[in-house]
Amino acid sequence: MIKFLIKRIWQLVIVLFAVSLLVFIMTSLVGDPLSLLVKENASASQIAEATEYLGLDQPAYHQYFLFVKNALNGDFGVSYRYQQSAIHLIIERMPATLELVVIAMALSIVFGIVFGVYAGAYPNSFLSKTIMNLSIAGISVPSFWLGMLMIYIFGIKFGLLPVSGRGEVGTILGIKTSLATIDGIKHVILPALTLSMGSVASIIRLTRAGIQENMVQDYVKLARAKGVKNRKILFGHVLKNTLIPIITIFGLQLGSLIAYTTITETIFAWPGMGKLIIDSINSSDTPIISAYILLVAVIFVVINFVVDLLYCVIDPRIELK
Amino acid sequence: MENNKASNIKSSFVPKKKTFSEKFDDFKKSEGFYNYKKSKSAIAGTIIIIFIVGVALLGPLFTVQDPYDIASLSLMDAYRAPSFMDPDNTQFLLGTDQQGRDVLSAIVYGSRVSLYIGIVATLMASVFGITLGLISGYYGGKVESIIMRLADIQLSFPSLLIALFLMTIFGRGVTNILLALLLVGWVKYARTVRGATLSVKSSEYIEAARVIGLPSYRIIIKHILPNVLTSIVVLSTIQIGNFILTEATLSFLGLGVPVTEPSLGMLCSNGFVVLFSGMWWVTVFPGLYIMLIVFGINLLGDFLRDEFNPKLK
Amino acid sequence: MEKLLEVKNLKTYFHTFKGVVKAVDGVDFYVNKGEILGIVGESGGGKSITGFSLIKLIESPGKIETGEILFEGNDLVKYSEREMSKIRGKDIVMIFQDPMTSLNPVYTIKQQIEESLILHTNLNKKERHERCVELLKDVGIPNPENRLTNYPHQFSGGMRQRVVIAIALAVNPKLIIADEPTTALDVTIQAQILKLMTELVKKQGCSMILITHDLAVVSEIADRINVMYCGKIVESSKVSTIMNHCKHPYTRGLLNSIPDIKDNKDRLETIDGIVPNMFKLPKGCNFYPRCNKRMEECENKEPEYREYKEGHYISCHYPIEGER
Repeated sequence: MIKFLIKRIWQLVIVLFAVSLLVFIMTSLVGDPLSLLVKENASASQIAEATEYLGLDQPAYHQYFLFVKNALNGDFGVSYRYQQSAIHLIIERMPATLELVVIAMALSIVFGIVFGVYAGAYPNSFLSKTIMNLSIAGISVPSFWLGMLMIYIFGIKFGLLPVSGRGEVGTILGIKTSLATIDGIKHVILPALTLSMGSVASIIRLTRAGIQENMVQDYVKLARAKGVKNRKILFGHVLKNTLIPIITIFGLQLGSLIAYTTITETIFAWPGMGKLIIDSINSSDTPIISAYILLVAVIFVVINFVVDLLYCVIDPRIELK
Repeated sequence: MENNKASNIKSSFVPKKKTFSEKFDDFKKSEGFYNYKKSKSAIAGTIIIIFIVGVALLGPLFTVQDPYDIASLSLMDAYRAPSFMDPDNTQFLLGTDQQGRDVLSAIVYGSRVSLYIGIVATLMASVFGITLGLISGYYGGKVESIIMRLADIQLSFPSLLIALFLMTIFGRGVTNILLALLLVGWVKYARTVRGATLSVKSSEYIEAARVIGLPSYRIIIKHILPNVLTSIVVLSTIQIGNFILTEATLSFLGLGVPVTEPSLGMLCSNGFVVLFSGMWWVTVFPGLYIMLIVFGINLLGDFLRDEFNPKLK
Repeated sequence: MEKLLEVKNLKTYFHTFKGVVKAVDGVDFYVNKGEILGIVGESGGGKSITGFSLIKLIESPGKIETGEILFEGNDLVKYSEREMSKIRGKDIVMIFQDPMTSLNPVYTIKQQIEESLILHTNLNKKERHERCVELLKDVGIPNPENRLTNYPHQFSGGMRQRVVIAIALAVNPKLIIADEPTTALDVTIQAQILKLMTELVKKQGCSMILITHDLAVVSEIADRINVMYCGKIVESSKVSTIMNHCKHPYTRGLLNSIPDIKDNKDRLETIDGIVPNMFKLPKGCNFYPRCNKRMEECENKEPEYREYKEGHYISCHYPIEGER
């Protein structure tokens, strides 16, 4: 167990090193931070002062060390646009994004597994074929377009639901969430549906493939030879074997949901970190960009770690290595 | 007598080279083709793909205007609804946008950009990925561990995010998108090819080829590549669809193609501005067309994957 | 003797895109109570499909076309899936070839044995536990109390097959169908498992159908033998008759290919040629292309399956004369 932890932490360090190097290279390539910090008619001394402040007069490796040192202290600099600590801005917006991601993930798991199991168990029924064709449509539809379609139909055409921003936030069990108020729920429906669509489709397809793969295994034959009824074989033997690898998929889906919040939040003006990062990219606000990338890298490594742990808990064949 | 026997054995074991028409006949009788004919979705996918390629190649001959040619646009034509909503509009079937640009023409030209990026990026990513996969699988050692480590790290991040940040560094532009997609897409190829190479490498006939002194590049080309070809075809089909979607998303976020070469994603983005004033057609039709393209590709890709997936058979 | 199972004109066909495979093509045989029947033949001869047909576990594109499977006088072919699931695992059980894949990897051994007990008996939790321990002890697994909570991957191949046998015996079945139960195991373990199975079968007084490609194995433990070739039974009789007075050239071929230490031959005899393409079976006798006793008649006329002597059935125009 300790060996496993050490190995994992070592991996985290490697990933963060690689990512931080990339981020550093990126920040030195994107735009000229000077031009954002000082006014156009700044005097030579003002420019020199700013240069020193940003460490731009130092050699590259020195700048990198400075960057890492500051990053370790949670200091990614001050956002050019907001004049606030970059990491603070991101963390402030994180709950809104996580709320969206968690709701979308819950939708994906419920619908994805239910439809996937059905389509895998009765592959020749009309409903299964419809589910499968819809799932192909689901992975083919551009997420931003789906969002716009929803905005037009539910917001503009019929005026059923709000299409912009986060609604009132209430508190449930000490967590601030939109789910606590009617207004909040109304606001979260469309973005969450839009975000979950691709993931629902993927999970349907993977669940179905897993079910079908397991249905032809010998242990299913033995179970049938024991007189176990088909329904019990499906929901007992097969489902358990299918769900184990799907845990890995959850991890990947969670990552991709976080990535796609950039689009969903942009379209629905959802005040989360996805919208913040797109706005920052468009205004070359590098402190926010680099803070975001590193933070997201940490999140992904943690997700992978949790997935591995879960895997060990659920699958008797695997022991922590 | 002995000699004769030996040559008999040889002639019965060495397969005759088949002509193309014989191969085609074999194909028509094969199980794969039989399943294809039975699969409605595979045929639907093929029809959609043929239609889309046809539109991209021949469409510009039939459009009412060249949307890139600003002189042909007239603000007088702006904000026209599609023909089925506005009987007076007989010229612009799917309506016009805020600058008087015909949406249908824009889709036809935009699909060329989208398809071009999807196909070329897939070709580039596959060549790059296959090469790295072969190198790491065949030679192993440090090169392999570096390449595969990199692949692992990259795979733990969603490809959209990677593409997003690459485009932040590179800036807008068709070439830059191709490059970003190449860097995002090589991993899957490299992994598939490396896996296949490793399993083929340890097989006895490769040992034999090595023993008789066949040079390594010949072993790779003659023995290893044909073994991974089907996986690469399946992967590429799906990859084209994915790349088209990624490109559309990047362009929608303003990090993709330049304004002068609007792809379908960019058309959607332009339409988003006027969506709130009820002009849904400017954004809905280009998006629908992206979906049609990717849907067609995925229908066929799905069939191919099922056919070539040995796990289910 | 009382017949437990009687199969009449059973046909199981597979409808594939290349054509119809007649995997089991009109077989007639019976199993007496308390008897071990061996079914032998080369791979692809329809032995396993015969076994699966008996408990109607034939997957699409396969289908039982016609025939009767009379189990204690009731025709199983007419039974619904629901009725079959009451027979399977209770009256008729099956043991598969590969113990590495036939146990569910995510359930403990106890859960898998208990499943049968829950389905087919009224034992309570404590009784079930005791029965599980008893079964593991019976099949020779040391330390059964502790092993019950283990998962299949913690057992070796031979041990897993013992578990599969324990599952099969859990509810005192009337008929066990064992499909190549020892083929996937080490040679040393094969003998142990076979001995164990025979002992348990005799002890419980049930019947067994042992499907194998190994005539030597089957001759040691079976009472009677069916020899199958290309979906048909070519010869069927008591073991001693098959071993010493076989009449079909194919059976003779199989016997001659068994290595014999006493009889120091330079090389083993083999049957020339290969099993014919199942899509294009010969017009007459299926064995015609490989037969060394073939006559003109064999090419076009299919031999009838008939009783040659009492209890000795054969399907050949020109049975071998004399002793072996």
